[in-house]
Order: sequence, then structure tokens, then C-alpha cells
Amino acid sequence: MMKFALAGNPNSGKTTLFNGLTGATAHVGNWPGVTVDKREGLYKKCAEPISIVDLPGIYSLSPYTPEEVIARNFVLEENPDCVINIVDATNLERNLYLTTQLMEIDVPMVIALNMIDVVDKSGDRINEKELEQRLGLPVIRVSALKGEGLQELMERAYQASKQKRNGVTVLEDSALKHLISDITIALDGQNVQNPLFHAIKLIEQDELEVEMHKETVKMVEAFKKTFTDELFGNDFEALIADGRYKYITNNFSVVMQHKNPDRFRLTKSDRIDKALTHRIWGIPIFLGILFFIFHLTFSEDLFFLGSIFGLPELPEAWYTPEGDPINFWVLLLSCFYNGGVFSPGCIINNLWNEIIVGIPFGALQGLVEESGMQSWAIGLINNGIIDGLCGVLSFLPWILTLFCLFSILEDSGYMARVAFILDRLFRKFGLSGRAFMPMIMGFGCSVPAMINTRTLADDKERTATVRVIPFFSCGAKLPILTAIAGGIVAAYGVGNADIITYSMYVLGIVTAVISVLAMRSTTLKGETPPFIMELPAYHPPRFKSLILLLWDKAKHFIKKAFTIILASTIIIWVLTHFDFSWKLLEDDQINQSILAQLGMLFQPLFTPMGFGSQLGQFGWVFVVAAVTGLIAKENVIATFSTLAACLMAVSGLDFGNLAINAEDGIDAVRAMIQATGITVPALLSFIAFNMTTIPCFAAVATAKSELINKKTYNLTLLFWVVTSYIVGAVVYTVGSWWWTAFIWALVAALAVVVIKLYNLRRNS
Amino acid sequence: MTKTLDTFVVGQQGVVKIVNGERKIKRRLFDMGITPGAHIMVRKLAPLGDPMEITIRGYELTLRKVEAAFVTMEVTK
Repeated sequence: MMKFALAGNPNSGKTTLFNGLTGATAHVGNWPGVTVDKREGLYKKCAEPISIVDLPGIYSLSPYTPEEVIARNFVLEENPDCVINIVDATNLERNLYLTTQLMEIDVPMVIALNMIDVVDKSGDRINEKELEQRLGLPVIRVSALKGEGLQELMERAYQASKQKRNGVTVLEDSALKHLISDITIALDGQNVQNPLFHAIKLIEQDELEVEMHKETVKMVEAFKKTFTDELFGNDFEALIADGRYKYITNNFSVVMQHKNPDRFRLTKSDRIDKALTHRIWGIPIFLGILFFIFHLTFSEDLFFLGSIFGLPELPEAWYTPEGDPINFWVLLLSCFYNGGVFSPGCIINNLWNEIIVGIPFGALQGLVEESGMQSWAIGLINNGIIDGLCGVLSFLPWILTLFCLFSILEDSGYMARVAFILDRLFRKFGLSGRAFMPMIMGFGCSVPAMINTRTLADDKERTATVRVIPFFSCGAKLPILTAIAGGIVAAYGVGNADIITYSMYVLGIVTAVISVLAMRSTTLKGETPPFIMELPAYHPPRFKSLILLLWDKAKHFIKKAFTIILASTIIIWVLTHFDFSWKLLEDDQINQSILAQLGMLFQPLFTPMGFGSQLGQFGWVFVVAAVTGLIAKENVIATFSTLAACLMAVSGLDFGNLAINAEDGIDAVRAMIQATGITVPALLSFIAFNMTTIPCFAAVATAKSELINKKTYNLTLLFWVVTSYIVGAVVYTVGSWWWTAFIWALVAALAVVVIKLYNLRRNS
Repeated sequence: MTKTLDTFVVGQQGVVKIVNGERKIKRRLFDMGITPGAHIMVRKLAPLGDPMEITIRGYELTLRKVEAAFVTMEVTK
């Protein structure tokens, strides 16, 4: 099959074009470097099916960042039939710089002049015929977003792919002309593929090339001795980059006509930017936006309307004595309002849990109950499978809401500004502002966040970032937070669930900051990496791509709930209902079960964190829940739901039908609290432990492939275990006995002194 | 008058004369379009005073003052 590669600058619309051509729903963002790995799709509207490969966005073919190397190796080694170089027409000058490098490779190539509609609208003019003639490559006007010109683009690319093309260079007019042609001829003589490209890279002393052509290097050095330039001396890398831009500048004015000839004209985007990154207001605005996102997702009192106007709660007469709504309409109303208008996140969450999931699954459980099946089968289906599934499905709305709001910020271009605003702060921790993006993505899911660390140029910075990403509590960890926070409020009547959730997020961030500081001053020491980044123009978020993205995310999630998580809940149910001789146990014999026995074995290990031996005979439930979380964090609450049903049988408590009253596992947590007598600090420590320990299977596998070697990976696993243990222990001890804070402070101070002294000694 | 880019104040414009620095950083600056002859205007500083935002070759670029210090400029305005 034919294979076309999409190559271009970051944020030039490659992924949008890829989605337009293949009908895929890859994630698009207004942030340089959203695509960090290559991706394949199929284009079917041509004479024959064509495989389209979306390469990571790059500014150059230098050897300095992993994504540049991925893109470059693909074009050189996989021999695509055609390269579609996508060029952002609103930023032509810099985009053509990559074009001048790509065209040196012996591969058919066409140029997609993207976002040409935006240029037309601004009143500027690009003469694409002139551009085509000067570059000697087909140039096609397209708008990837509107899907215009794609057919023509693919037809021209298809035609081009039928003819062999030899690389050409724009350095023909420069002083290097003879040097380049001499080395090209020499390489061609050695039957090297793409001689022109390799010749120029050798002159640049490109690390990868020097490694590949050790023999030729000597010859190149000899040639180079005969040459010096007045401005650059013998800095050939500089000389070549300069030559490319000189060519572009010289040919550019003919091709592009600006309506407003002022070189530094202010666009609408610039004016928005002026406000959002204001010297004084920039940081308050950022904090405000962050708060607003969480408020829109979690608040039960939108814009504080309830508190401000003293709105009443729904009348008690509308509820039965058990606290259930008397009819469907009350239930529906209570999804939107109760003493305050709920936030969109909460409304969707209520509708989903109370009505869309709650009613059918509750009815299903009723049917099973009356079906006359064996009692163990009823138990397995109702308490094992359905409660577990409901527990998992219950937090889909919150994940999607949070994900949606972060995507809007990213798509609009604001995220890049946040990196700009925060860089100074991040540098204090030895990171660049760019590390902000993967970290904030961690609030959604650790997997894409870890992959995104490829945009960081420095290996040590990447390792440090990958390690702390799980501390930015992901969507799947959210139910652990909300269920336990809700359980604490319900069982102890203390505090406010929102504040507990919020402070746990903050705890994760603080842990991340301290860990990064510690790593960057001990095992991962190094220079602070540079921060030279494009700030993309703002644009309104694209509704269609957002919906596609959310749909994709929901599909993925539901698939996971019905496969791996369903399987684990069944296994847990089986392990809690059989003993080692495979005898079926009643619910109240749970302590003889396989799972309980195993849990009890490891229970003492968790004592310093407050959920070990001190919890007595049922304490193992927390141990088991934490361990099942290693498969997927959703399992923690699913396990709670499964185990709570048994615990209620033992302890004689009744919280009613768990699926209907599931309310995100809060009742399950209440049952656990009643059965074990676990304290508030121990519950908080349990959250902290789960938040900072080894993440789920998927994230661990991603970390393994993103980290540079096996040793770093093993150390990373160890790092997660140790960190979570310490954080859990600190939360528990300080929460239980406040004065232990002084002991921890002393230990921390000692550690700092030791590290400082050690570093001083090593430096001197 | 020549001075390095990090000493420019907001709104000041200039033309790049020489780019120095360690190889990797210098290459990055070149790749982003900061080559001799390029016109630059300093747009603003981040709220904490660093990094800076510049307009170059028709787009916005951000870089830190330590990196901007490698760029020697001829002041034009």
C-alpha cells in the first residue's frame, strides 16, 4: 500500500488535517507538540487506498529532541511514497524553514498551504503560484479545519508520488555551494541514499550523522578546512541555518503581501494576550480560571447563589421518611437544585447516577433478587458485578467534564501562556515551564501526560516529570477522593467534602514539587533546560473536535469498565466468597476468605499509615482495595462496593441497596468506616497513599516505554512506593498527633542539610 | 547602538547581529528564526519578570532572559 507522511511545524494543523483525511478522532490541541508519536490512518478517496502517517510536529531536522529524530528517521528510513509538508500560511516565514530541510531528501513532496482561509480573511495575499515556482514543489491551498482543498491535495500528492524526485537545496546560492556539492558527489559515490541531505548534515556536524558516516567525516573535515566565513568563522551549523533564512527572506516578500505592512502589527489575538498575561493580573487570572474549572465541575452551589440569596432546600414533604424522593419529578428536580443550583458537572453527574445508570441497574437488581436463583448467584450478580460496575460508571461524568474544560483551555491557546506565566516558578524547581503541560494533563489521565513529556528536550527533566505525573490526581483517582471525602462527612459529620477534595489535590501538587526538588538536587542533577517556545495565536475552541474527543474518551472508558474492571470485580467477589479449600462462604464469613487471609498477611505493613494492624479484623479491606488499584484506580471504589456488601452482612449494618444509593461509593465507605473504626487521618492517609503510589497498569507500562532505560524504570517504581509510604505516614501521624509535625520537620531539615553538604563537597 | 536582547525594554525593536551560546541552545534559537538580520520586537515580560515574549518573523516566541542574553542586537527603535 502507498504511504504518505504528514510533516510540519508543531501547531500547524497536521493533526486536524490527519483527522480530516482519515476520519480519525486524534486529539487536537492549540499547543505546540500535542502529537508526540507517529500515528497511522487510511485515506480511501484516491485511486488506491493510501496509508497516512501523522508525524510529530517539528521545527527542524536537528538531532536535539526525540520528536525531531522520530520524524527524521521515518522520512529517511521508511521511504514514504510522498511527504505532505503542511505549512501554516499565517506563519509562512518560519514554517518554510522546515520545508527547506525536507526538500533536501530524495522523496516526492507537496506543500499543503494550511489556514489559507484565515490569511484571506485578514486581507493579506499569498501568491501560491509564485511560491510553487520558486520552491519547485506543488503548493495546494487547504483549510484542514473546514475540510477545503483536501481532495485536490491528495490528488496532487498522488501524482507526485508517481515520479522520483531528487533532493534540492536552497543553499545553492550561498557560499557553501561548492562544499555541499563536493561532499554530495562523494557520498553518492559510496551509494549512500539521500546524499544531499546527509552531506549537509555532515557539514553541520550533526551528532547522528557523524556517528553513521565515521569514515566520511574525515574527508568532510578536510574539505571544511579550506573554507571560512567572515561572520560565522567555522560555525557551519550557524552558517547553514542563516543560509536557509536568507533564502526565505529574499523570496518571501514577492510571495506574501501584507495588508498592513507594519512588521509588528497587533492582531486580535495579541490584544487578548495582553489581558491574559498581564504583568499584575496574569497570575490572579490564571488562579481564577483554575478555580472556576473546579467550581464548574464539582460545586453544589454554582456561583454561590445558594449562600448569597439564602435559597431554601427542597421541602421535606417531598421525601419519604427514608430520605428517598417521593416521585420521579422530585428526583429529577433534586438533580439540578437543592439549596443551591448545582454546577454543570454536578448536574450531569446526578442525572447519570440517579437516573440513567441508577434506575435501570436498580431495576435489574430487583429482577435478579426475585428470579429465584441460588443465593450465591444473586450475590455474585448484584453485589459483585452490578455494584462494581455502577461504582465505576458513576464517575464518568466528572472525568468528562474536567477533561472537556481542560481541552477547551488547551485548544484556545491559553495553556501555552500558562507555561509562559509559570516558567519562572518552575525554574526554581529545576524544570521549564513546558513541564507544566504534561503535569496538568496528568489531572485527566497519566498515560497521555507521560507520552507528552517527549516535548521536553532534556532526559533528566523528562524522568523527573514522568515520575511526578501520577501525583497530579487523575480522573480515575477522583472517585477515591469524592467517595472517601463524602464518607468522612457522612460518618463523622466533620468538614466539607469540597475542601477535603481540594486539599488532597493540593497535597498531590506539593508532593510533586518536593519530589522534583529532591530529585533535581540529588539523583537527577542537571542544568535547567532552555525554554524557547512558540506562543500560538488564540482561537475559539472548536466544538466539533471537542465533541469527538469526549466521545472517544467516553467510549474508551466504558470499554475499560466492561472489560478489565468488570473482570477484576468478579475475581474479587470470588476471592471473597471462597476459602482456600474452595468452599463457598456466606457473606458474614468473609474473614475466612482467600482475599481476607492474604490481606491480613500484608496488613501489618500498612500500620504506619493508619490502615494496617490497628484496624482489627476487617482492616485488610483497605489493603486489598489499594492493591486492586494497581490494575486500575477505578478498582479501589469498585472493590469497596463489593466488600461493603459483605461487611454490612457481618456488622449487621444496613445502608440499603448499594447500587441505587451508590452515590459514588460514599455508602460503601461508610460501611467500611463502621466496620473497621478507621479514623479520619487514616482515611486521608489512604487517599494520599493511593494518589502517590504506583499508578495503574496502563500508566506503568507507558512509563516503562517513555523512560530511557530499565534501571531508571525500576528506580521509578521504587520511588513511587517509597514516596507514597512516606506521604501516607506523614498524613496519618500528623493528623493523629499534631506534634509529630515537628519530628517530620526535623527529619526533612536534616535531609536538606545532608544533601546540601554532600553537593558542596562534590562541587569542591 | 548594540546590546543583548535580554536588556531590551518592552516595546523596543532591533535587528539580530550575532547569536552566541552553547551549540544546542544556539541551534534552537536559529531554528526558531533568530538569525542575523531578523527583526525583533519585545512584546512583554511574564508576570514574574521572566521569560520574555518577542515578535519575530510574524509570530510570537517566548524565551528566557538567560537565553536572550546570547543574542546581540542592533537597536532600531
